[in-house]
Amino acid sequence: MISQVFILSSQGDHLIYKDFRGEAGSDVVNLFYEKVTALTGDQPPVVMRHKDVHFVHVRQGGLYWVATTTADTSPFTIIEFLNRLTALVKDYCGSLSERSVQMNFALIYELLDEVVDYGYIQTTSSDILKNFIQTEAVSSKPFSLFDLSNVGLFGAETQQSKVAPSSAATRPIQSSRDQGGKSEIFVDVIERMLVVIGSNGVLMKADIEGEIKVKCYMPTCSEMRIGLNEEFSIGKSQLRGYGAAVRVDECSFHQAVRLDEFDSLRILRLCPSQGEQTVMQYQLSDDLPSAPPFRLFPTIERDNGGRLLMYMKLRCDLPPKRSVLDPTRLQSFSSELNLSQELSSPDQSAELQPQSRAVVWKIPRFPGGTQLSALFKLEVPGFSSASMLEVGPVSLSFELPKITATGLQIRFLRLSPFQPGPAQRWVRYVTHSDSYTIRI
Amino acid sequence: MPYIGSEDTVRDLRRVLSNPNVQSDQLRYRNTILKVIRAMSQGVDVSGLFSEMVKACATVDIVQKKLVYVFLCSYATLNPELSLLVINTLRKDCQDPNPMVRSLALRNMTNLRLPSLVEYVEQPLTAGLRDRAACVRRVAVLGWAKLHNLQTNSEIDAAVVNELYSLLRDPDPVVMVNCLRALEEILREEGGVAINKPITHHLLNRLKECDIWGQCEVLRILQRYRPQSEDELFNILSLLDVSLISPHPPVMAATLSLFLSLCSGLPAVGLAALERVRGPLLAACGNTSREMQFTALCHIQLLLRSLPGLMGEHYKRFFCGYAEPAYIKQRKIEVLVELVNDDNVAILLDELRGYCTDVNISTAHAAISAIGRIGRSYSDKCLEILTELLGLKQEHITSAVVQTMRDLVWVCPQCSRTVCSAVEGCEAEIQDSQGRHALLWLLGVYGEQVSSVPYTLEVFIDGVRSEASVGVKMELLTATVRLFLCRPAETQDMLGRLLHYCIEEETNMCVSDQALLYYRLLHCGIEETRKVLQCRRSDPSLGVLIGRPAEPINQWSYIFNTLEPLRPGAIETESATIGGSPEHMTFDPKPNNDLSDTLSYSFGKTVRSVTDTALQCTDSSSDALTASVSAPLSLSLSPALSPEEFEDLWLQQQALHVEQGPEKIKAEENYVYMEEHVQCPTIFRCSPQSLQAAMQLVNIQTLAFTPPHTLPWRVYLYTNTQNKHSADTCHGTLILGELLYTGEEIQKKSKDEENVGVEARQDKREEEREEDTAEGRSEKERVKKNTAEKGIKVTLKQQPRDEKALKGFLSVLTTVLHALSSE
Repeated sequence: MISQVFILSSQGDHLIYKDFRGEAGSDVVNLFYEKVTALTGDQPPVVMRHKDVHFVHVRQGGLYWVATTTADTSPFTIIEFLNRLTALVKDYCGSLSERSVQMNFALIYELLDEVVDYGYIQTTSSDILKNFIQTEAVSSKPFSLFDLSNVGLFGAETQQSKVAPSSAATRPIQSSRDQGGKSEIFVDVIERMLVVIGSNGVLMKADIEGEIKVKCYMPTCSEMRIGLNEEFSIGKSQLRGYGAAVRVDECSFHQAVRLDEFDSLRILRLCPSQGEQTVMQYQLSDDLPSAPPFRLFPTIERDNGGRLLMYMKLRCDLPPKRSVLDPTRLQSFSSELNLSQELSSPDQSAELQPQSRAVVWKIPRFPGGTQLSALFKLEVPGFSSASMLEVGPVSLSFELPKITATGLQIRFLRLSPFQPGPAQRWVRYVTHSDSYTIRI
Repeated sequence: MPYIGSEDTVRDLRRVLSNPNVQSDQLRYRNTILKVIRAMSQGVDVSGLFSEMVKACATVDIVQKKLVYVFLCSYATLNPELSLLVINTLRKDCQDPNPMVRSLALRNMTNLRLPSLVEYVEQPLTAGLRDRAACVRRVAVLGWAKLHNLQTNSEIDAAVVNELYSLLRDPDPVVMVNCLRALEEILREEGGVAINKPITHHLLNRLKECDIWGQCEVLRILQRYRPQSEDELFNILSLLDVSLISPHPPVMAATLSLFLSLCSGLPAVGLAALERVRGPLLAACGNTSREMQFTALCHIQLLLRSLPGLMGEHYKRFFCGYAEPAYIKQRKIEVLVELVNDDNVAILLDELRGYCTDVNISTAHAAISAIGRIGRSYSDKCLEILTELLGLKQEHITSAVVQTMRDLVWVCPQCSRTVCSAVEGCEAEIQDSQGRHALLWLLGVYGEQVSSVPYTLEVFIDGVRSEASVGVKMELLTATVRLFLCRPAETQDMLGRLLHYCIEEETNMCVSDQALLYYRLLHCGIEETRKVLQCRRSDPSLGVLIGRPAEPINQWSYIFNTLEPLRPGAIETESATIGGSPEHMTFDPKPNNDLSDTLSYSFGKTVRSVTDTALQCTDSSSDALTASVSAPLSLSLSPALSPEEFEDLWLQQQALHVEQGPEKIKAEENYVYMEEHVQCPTIFRCSPQSLQAAMQLVNIQTLAFTPPHTLPWRVYLYTNTQNKHSADTCHGTLILGELLYTGEEIQKKSKDEENVGVEARQDKREEEREEDTAEGRSEKERVKKNTAEKGIKVTLKQQPRDEKALKGFLSVLTTVLHALSSE
């Protein structure tokens, strides 16, 4: 049972406030923000309490999405609901940000009104909701370089127009209805890597969590068939064929997915509803089908002047020609220090972040099969041999487009022949680093 | 900015709203209303526009209607009279051919929350229950709940309740679930909606039609159902099995909750269900949403209480990621501690070591104390890491390490040598009072092992004037007196200075009182002081609590799937562990910390005197009993018994006992089993610390106990007796004991009846040897009488057999228990 729902910006501005049961006063919003700001830690705990009012919140898009409730409510339900709410808002408004929420507050009130009645969740299915939601989304189109990159020199069509821009899927789902927008379907395979590599280069932990998301801009969509790799196997024992099998440990599907052809042909059949939905989730633990994408060769020593020299060689083991976007290297160090650096290329940058005590090395583009190096000189006051221990693990955050770590591929994406009108289909792959840590 | 000129904003908006030109232009009208709502959600008080907004309500534009309703519902309670004007429009809308308009009107009519409007609302609501469109019925059903809550003291209309019950068969699943919700609210006084067998089976059969929210609701309400037969129960369980491994965490959690409540009498089935949800729970730990991960983690902690081995092989899933928020990291660290075993300890410690230098200080501290907890089982490796961390010379790390070491030494005294050499010279880095407190305790207790202690303490004593923390000052006093006891020559001078300062100049009452106490104690003589200050330096009994025994599921099942486990520090995974150390139970220095310490000492003394007399008393009686027992019975703690050994012995003898039949006293050549009842009904309220302290004073070691105020209350204890028969034969026996208090009287009575026969037999056996003294008999009768009231069942197992020692032990135990319960 949800008593109130409100959305706060990170500065504490009230964006949305809806009271479903009229049990607690509206001052709870300020109360919540006071509690958040009173905490020193980086992230407030998910559940906070003030007398009988329990706040449950999630953070998405830089906003606090808060529900107040009673103590005996299921946290799973509330959190899942808040996440679902953010997904709905994202579907309807195009993107999640303070700006988009502010511009579309009427739409969000309408959504909340339909989704929750008297604190009870009624429905969150976009198929049902689309009949009720009347307000048009106001989309904010920030100026983006990605849009420009699609247009070639002097407006000529280029090769690149075969690739959907990354912003293509961040528009409101309803716009297609009236503006005659393109009927498009995006199928995204998104994987997250959790990797820990020991100081000796041995893989200590490697988990991959992946999901297939379908974002559908068509108000009605007939059946769609998604073909996965034929040699896709689930679990340890079940190996199919002799080829390089694509294996996952566990796999779960959206309830709308029909699996009658999955066992034999690895085909998922579903009728996607408007908006975004996660069709399949899978995970692979303790195994990486290929070599980890990055290797680090660190050398750490101290020079005569009591400075710490860190020589880092970072190698990208991906196939050549695959470029990597924005990998960032982080490193924690716990004393006050001064940094001077020598980097291998001028477009990289490195800086010292005193608050998180980390050296951040930014590499805008990192082609596969290449190697980069950097030398950091740190002046540490009161340097001792024990300080060497403090040089913490290196964490990389990166995004690998067009690559899946498990090797999962979508063979085909077919819409049924009865589909009215042409539809554009996009398949995108991306692998994120959820946590990619290399010990030193 | 609307925040500043809110009055101007309202005036402007009113002008625009009442402008007929704007009213005729739909788009401009709607945009103005949008501005009003925007101002409202930003916190501006726009209630003054109520009458203008009421006018705007009469429109065909649904978007505008919805916006106005948002406004009206927020401000209706402030303007009850004006709200009457809206009702007409709303009632007209309820007749609209468009079901969307009907449901909208009905919903907002009930959302106005005005008791004065109830009479106008009832009729449309009744009609709404029979509407063709499901969306109207959904709203109408919940509308009745809203109406009921507006006037809670009014009569419940039986016709409505019946109609709602019949709507449970509505083809629309949301209507069905809403009916459940509405009935639950309307019939709250009667305990909610009636869940009988037909309804249960109807709901279960329609579970698949509902979406996940509906399923959660149904599963939650079904928790009240009690199946009539075991067959029915298993039918329900097998129906639910699919949702137990649902990919949706809310459904999975709700199903498990229902499973646990249905199987509360079948622990094995409950455990199997826990095994079954392992996969989905682990998947939830890898959810994209951090908050969902956190929720899953907290619930995994609950599950581990009953099934410690549940996640053993998946420990790597609980390694922290770099970018994870601190609250997840700390929970993961707590889980990791639970998962330690011989195979993974090296990897786990390596991982935890990495977290100790975390940028977030509280995460770093959590990691350090986690290493300390693992150190109770794997002390060498952990001490190595902790010592290494001291080398970092980081203020907060050093302080946390010293505190952790103190806690570790308390449990594992064998580590003291390593710890003493490690903490030497780290006093300069510790700035916070908790750390200094811990360091002083270590220095005081192990003063004789560290050569530089007097110098360190001298620095502290010289700086005592500027010391702010009361706790540190009191600990300094204790430490100095303790050091004085073992190294008087080096300490005498500074002790004098310290006592002088504390008694003459110190303004804090606690500190000066403690100084006075020590001063007078020293007057009584060194031996007396030694008795008070040097009795306890470790607590070996806590060993057992590392491999915590699996708790029964119903210890926590009632908080499963509530917000409770998510609260910080809600799951006290080691309540028993912390509770066991009386000297530093609290990690924050409270002024009364040491006071309670001293109090418990003096209390310990009284217990000792009581038990001394008790010992004498048993001596005298045993003297009377037999001439062969000349020397007094003495109990000792050595050889110490590890918890595992205890468990083995206990179970082995239990098995023996069962094999031999139901007789209460088994007297084989070297083994005795006996049950007694002692009257002290208040004992189970006694805190574990004081119980343990009291027991230790008479050299009885408590191994494990349930927290106070829980029933059944249990304590396991053991001791060694040394009965010096004569100079040549000095044989000891081992006594294992269990105290059980169930709080049930009837059971006791029936037991008591059995006991009469048993005791008679026991008497006979004793009569063979010598006459029972009148004293002993009266004692026995008293015990017998008491068992009719609430009593503690004492089960004792002795090996090898020595009746005298056992009886002596029992009387010591009884005295201690009486002394404790009279406290």
